[in-house]
Amino acid sequence: MSSYEAVAEAAVAAPHAPRPVKRSLSTRWISVLTILTLLAVWWAVTAAGLIEPLFLPPPSAVLEKGWLLATTGYMDSTLWQHLGASLTRIGLGLGFAILTAVPVGIAIGHNRIARGIFDPLIEFYRPIPPLAYLPLIVIWCGIGELSKVLLIYLAIFAPIAIATATGVRTVDPAKVRAAQSLGATRWQLIRHVILPSALPDILTGVRIGLGVGWSTLVAAELIAATSGLGFMVQSAAQFLVTDVVVLGILVIAIIAFAMEMGLRALQRKLVPWHGQAH
Amino acid sequence: MALLSLERISAQYPGAAEPVLSDISVSLGPQQLLVALGPSGSGKTSLLNLIAGFVEPSGGRITLDGAQVKGPSAERGVVFQDDVLLPWQDVLANVAFGLELAGVPRNKRESRAREMLALVDLSGFEQRRVWELSGGQKQRVGLARALAADPRVLLMDEPFGALDAFTREQMQELLLQVCKRTDKPVFLITHDIEEAVFLATDLILLAPNPGRIVERLSLDFGQRYNAGESARSIKSDPRFIETREHVLERVFSQHGAARHQEHA
Repeated sequence: MSSYEAVAEAAVAAPHAPRPVKRSLSTRWISVLTILTLLAVWWAVTAAGLIEPLFLPPPSAVLEKGWLLATTGYMDSTLWQHLGASLTRIGLGLGFAILTAVPVGIAIGHNRIARGIFDPLIEFYRPIPPLAYLPLIVIWCGIGELSKVLLIYLAIFAPIAIATATGVRTVDPAKVRAAQSLGATRWQLIRHVILPSALPDILTGVRIGLGVGWSTLVAAELIAATSGLGFMVQSAAQFLVTDVVVLGILVIAIIAFAMEMGLRALQRKLVPWHGQAH
Repeated sequence: MALLSLERISAQYPGAAEPVLSDISVSLGPQQLLVALGPSGSGKTSLLNLIAGFVEPSGGRITLDGAQVKGPSAERGVVFQDDVLLPWQDVLANVAFGLELAGVPRNKRESRAREMLALVDLSGFEQRRVWELSGGQKQRVGLARALAADPRVLLMDEPFGALDAFTREQMQELLLQVCKRTDKPVFLITHDIEEAVFLATDLILLAPNPGRIVERLSLDFGQRYNAGESARSIKSDPRFIETREHVLERVFSQHGAARHQEHA
């Protein structure tokens, strides 16, 4: 190896990459402080009796209720069972959506005829709020699990299919040629070049889809369900059990946050080359 | 006997008034390193794309071992100017990629890939991620990958064009060593005159509007390097300088002629 390359190498391998100038407070800590302040204000206004517990119960009451819900339950089911019901639905919807939307997305990005067939269909239903076609799904499939999973599936399908198609269409043509001149067949090209190239976009589609799917799910459970986080919040509201309502909302938010963070971590792990100059 | 042969090739983009290439006949045999040199617009890249099978000629015939070339294939390996390695695989898997596509079992393809990495002086880089490599290292991996698939001919599309001057000189020497050891015929395009004169056993000079061959030279500077003479001594040899200046003059006279035509 040349000395020039050895120098370049040392620069890559150096454990102490140059760091930006350190600020006194990182952005993350500012965010943590914001949340702590919000909690403190919540505690202060309820402890001072400025707001009645019926409208806003104190944090301690919500925590206590959380413990009670987790151990003995509310509306015949524990918090875990409601959570489990919601997570199962979104898991199934997501699973089916990935299994079908990725192949459809590849077809749209790769093939003119497939684009002609699927593009108008997806663009037709995508802008409709899922809750607007929920009644039709209920008429067709009843109020059982199927209609909820189907609703989430539809909500997640479009973002994943569109993101996949975008990823496929932006594959570096030089990489495709390189694989072809190494003897790649059409399928090998898809499997070894196009799919991995599109993976960062596919994961972005999953992230967007999961966000849309989760909010759709909770909304659907508000309307037609006998279990799930949305149902828990809705039925508690009917009896003015405000602490359960607040707790449910917090759990819904935490799950959404956890899914987003989990997917970002997955993206870093699965596509470490994304954003690297290569 | 010629391995690869182009007979009266012409190429034209749809809708274009002038052909990109016109009446190109050239052949490539064992141990030959054919260099196509020309300014931009002279159809160098189009010529390589035709041989690689990425595009089809509008006239003429391209044959490899007597069989007409149709579409890209593993028997015509290509090294590209830009890095076209697969970032989701490590260096070893990238080099073994062509063999993986051909269904060669893992053990066999990885030992072959290791051999090829040794050939381009990159032993010890097997597990590296491609984005950790320098530009020169990436081009070496690209060369190793093309060679691992054991093509009949190697096509190189300005392979050192994006490298800095120091690395480029090293890569030229490496290429000559690799050619000597593998005996692969090479077709290389470049716009670097010194590179062309140094590497080529056969040099064709292309001129634009339409792309055509204006001069053919048989050279031996690369062979002198492989016989043991140093690159610096060859490049400072009066004969080398004379050849380089001659080629340079031919390029400029073609430019001048083209400009003259425009004014007339």
